[in-house]
Amino acid sequence: MREIKAEVIKDTVRDLFLDANYFIGKDLYNKLKEQSEVEESPVGKSVLEQIIKNNEIAAEEKIAICQDTGMAVVFIELGQEVLIVDGDFNEAVNQGVREAYTEGYLRKSVVNDPVFDRINTKDNTPAVTHIKIAPGNRVKITVTAKGFGSENMSSIKMLKPADGVEGVKNFVVKTAVAAGPNPCPPIIVGVGIGGTMEMAAVLSKRALLRPMGEPNKDPRYAQLETEILQEINKSGIGPAGLGGRTTALSVNIEYFPTHIAGLPVAVNICCHAARHAEKVI
Amino acid sequence: MEKVIRIKTPVTTKEIKKLRAKDNVLLTGEIYTARDAAHKRLIGLLKEGKRLPIDLNGHFIYYVGPAPAKPGYASGPAGPTTSYRMDPYTPQLLKLGLKGMIGKGTRSKEVIAAMKEYGAVYLAAVGGAAALISKSIKKVDVVCYEDLGAEAIHRFYVEDFPAIVVIDSEGNNLYETEPPKYRLE
Ligand code: SF4
Repeated sequence: MREIKAEVIKDTVRDLFLDANYFIGKDLYNKLKEQSEVEESPVGKSVLEQIIKNNEIAAEEKIAICQDTGMAVVFIELGQEVLIVDGDFNEAVNQGVREAYTEGYLRKSVVNDPVFDRINTKDNTPAVTHIKIAPGNRVKITVTAKGFGSENMSSIKMLKPADGVEGVKNFVVKTAVAAGPNPCPPIIVGVGIGGTMEMAAVLSKRALLRPMGEPNKDPRYAQLETEILQEINKSGIGPAGLGGRTTALSVNIEYFPTHIAGLPVAVNICCHAARHAEKVI
Repeated sequence: MEKVIRIKTPVTTKEIKKLRAKDNVLLTGEIYTARDAAHKRLIGLLKEGKRLPIDLNGHFIYYVGPAPAKPGYASGPAGPTTSYRMDPYTPQLLKLGLKGMIGKGTRSKEVIAAMKEYGAVYLAAVGGAAALISKSIKKVDVVCYEDLGAEAIHRFYVEDFPAIVVIDSEGNNLYETEPPKYRLE
């Protein structure tokens, strides 16, 4: 057994959220640059340039890329040979979030009750956590600060098996196009297919964490990603929804076996401020 | 290239009516901030027949809930939030003389009709360009509803705040006119 102190988990979660909120990934930064060079719409081009400049300022001054510093989502792969000591694991994760958001000048956007009270918890906790047990003696922590302008444009549908590839394609394209300017395009589209309803939703969130430009390993799914991306970019929505060729930067699909009677599809939309970071302890 | 127009707040209806969809504007002066929760309270006051704590006549409301400011900064990152959530409240505020809203995303038919009726514009700031935008915010005061935190009504003093006219006072709407120009069949 390898012992890891709860405090190490806390510090890692805190540092990752600070990182994610201040520094946009190099892959995404380069992709935005690439698009700003080829974007045909003058307004679209100027929007992309503003986004790039914004990300540079945020990194230089260590301030948040976007004021909506999101709800904290944490994916954990916990090695089965790891023993967490000197503290409560879940509390350590939440304490990491609390410290990042209160000490890092990040906005606290979480309310305690979704329907009735809606009182701000004032420290952006609790985090949404997804824990998976993995072989080995390491802990991999991946965090994402998920803004809700784009989260609100996401959708899930239980398709029929007969709907097939076309059905999947139509649903994803329709969801992304219907979102229009609201999710701060250019967007990244995470798609989760298969499993059960909640599995598809979690897969779609996980899909958003994939590095820019890395296709699905299965060539059929990779092909589907390319086709959906092209279809979305035909919409002309463009950067900020003000017209242009760059509506989506990437479509990432993750899939899982499913039931003979079903074809769940979840579409999780993320804005250009796709903030995530990971570390292996 | 589209025109860049400098605007000083408060504005007159006449100035607003000159603005056209696609004009780039640089705003200077005071603007108010309000999001869903603050709008709900303002409309609640109107329903009770009470006066509002802010004079909207000739003013702009920026839909924003800024991140906290680092020491030495006037404002934290402060980009626009999605505007449609304010749609149910906006026509009543336009009736009181509100001359413009700054946000991102589409507006309802009712809002656009009220903008035409009372002479107002809807500006978009680039969503997610929060750090960049905050550079034009020079001073921030809380006006009321401090308990709402980031959602309280603030008075921003801005200099050359960058925005683009997306819906003008005649109802010309870039969200409708521009994407079709780049649409492929
Ligand atoms: S959708 Fe993303 S970029 Fe836009 S305001 Fe929300 S968090 Fe920021």
